[in-house]
Amino acid sequence: MERTPATSPVIEFREVAYALPNGEPLLQGLNLEVQRGETLVLLGRSGSGKTTTLKLINRLLTPGGGEVRVNGTPTAESDVIRLRRSIGYVIQDVGLFPHFTVERNIGLIPRIEGWNAERIHRRVEELLQMVGLEAQLASRYPHQLSGGQRQRVGVARALAADPAILLMDEPFGALDALTRDQLQREFLSLQQRLNKTVVFVTHDLREALRLASRIALMEAGKLVTVLPPEDFLRSSDPLAAAYVRAFGEGPASVVNRGAS
Amino acid sequence: MNVFHFFLQNHEQILELTLEHLWLVGISTLLAVMIGIPLGILSAHWPAWNKPVLGAANIIQTIPSLALFGFLLPVPWLGDRADRLAILALTLYALLPVIRNTYTGIRGVDPAVVEAGRGMGLTGSQLLFQVELPLALSVILSGVRVAVVVSVGLATIAAAIGAGGLGEFIFRGLAMVNNQLILAGAIPAAVLALSADFGLGWLERRLRPQ
Repeated sequence: MERTPATSPVIEFREVAYALPNGEPLLQGLNLEVQRGETLVLLGRSGSGKTTTLKLINRLLTPGGGEVRVNGTPTAESDVIRLRRSIGYVIQDVGLFPHFTVERNIGLIPRIEGWNAERIHRRVEELLQMVGLEAQLASRYPHQLSGGQRQRVGVARALAADPAILLMDEPFGALDALTRDQLQREFLSLQQRLNKTVVFVTHDLREALRLASRIALMEAGKLVTVLPPEDFLRSSDPLAAAYVRAFGEGPASVVNRGAS
Repeated sequence: MNVFHFFLQNHEQILELTLEHLWLVGISTLLAVMIGIPLGILSAHWPAWNKPVLGAANIIQTIPSLALFGFLLPVPWLGDRADRLAILALTLYALLPVIRNTYTGIRGVDPAVVEAGRGMGLTGSQLLFQVELPLALSVILSGVRVAVVVSVGLATIAAAIGAGGLGEFIFRGLAMVNNQLILAGAIPAAVLALSADFGLGWLERRLRPQ
């Protein structure tokens, strides 16, 4: 996709800081822009601040300093419920509602938003197909699904009300290697069709290289560098180089060239 | 005359006192649920409330029942009628299991489920009524079950202050050293407690999330 530099970023961090109630800083001086239609991957080890960054976007956390803008509006000024409903959210543990069927899980926000039953039903069918699940799974409960199926339902649920932004926090982290590989591939083809603005958290360099338009490397609450996958591999930044070394041989083969 | 004959001959009075007993237990449980569930929700969502609420309920629980009935006797409106007083005391005793289980049930909801719900834009009350309470329901119900079973037993003591119920038989039997009278109160009370335990236990299992 062509990216026009003139358009304003969909998500913007300006000098954002966040600290725990006990004063321990988790994030400092963060400046970052996410462009429309790109997949920005936040890469870093645990405690580097990537999940904190993600949660600041849909205001599950509020910045202690600076501001986060979504579509040009500071999140602090927007209606938090509307903000969250305009942003899809997928987490590693999925968090499907165990007492709801797949259909009700996916259709919850549309139902709350007052869609009629027929429209919800059609949307659920469409979404199940989109994430590669059979229609008859709609009446199952989450405990009757495999891990991979559950995460697909999680993605379908996040897409239900057709948000323009998708936040994904290590969505494939808990899956076995084969399922993860398959879901990454499907994510790429889905992303080519839907063109959402995606912020994706991972600690896995392979996943980052494969899915990202750009990789934002984080360490100890700070943004180290933001680079496209090819440049990341050649980066002279010591931390980026350390990541590439730790990854071993052949990282170039997985680089995402399709979506950027 | 054996117990069986005694039951047959006095079935009307036994039935009447059983109904009275049920009334005391039913109303007090209802009140305890109406007060205890909101308090449980409050302490689950705002940790600052947790200690004072559970602490107070715990302290009430340690007061001997006969003493509590005695304490409440001089209270103006309350002391006018013994059944009011008994209902208040039974409600106070039933609070702890209801509050504690509501708290435990809500805190026990998978944090990922709550985070997903908040992240997708559910309001606080949507999250509470559509997610947290339904998932906590079986745990809350097991608290109610404990409250009911305990109340059925405690309500027999309410007869000491003239509130009626199956305790009438027991106290009369004790005074007259008449075992049949004691059993006429104790057996229906035991049956009530067991059937409440069984019925609510069944409901609890049915509502338990998979």
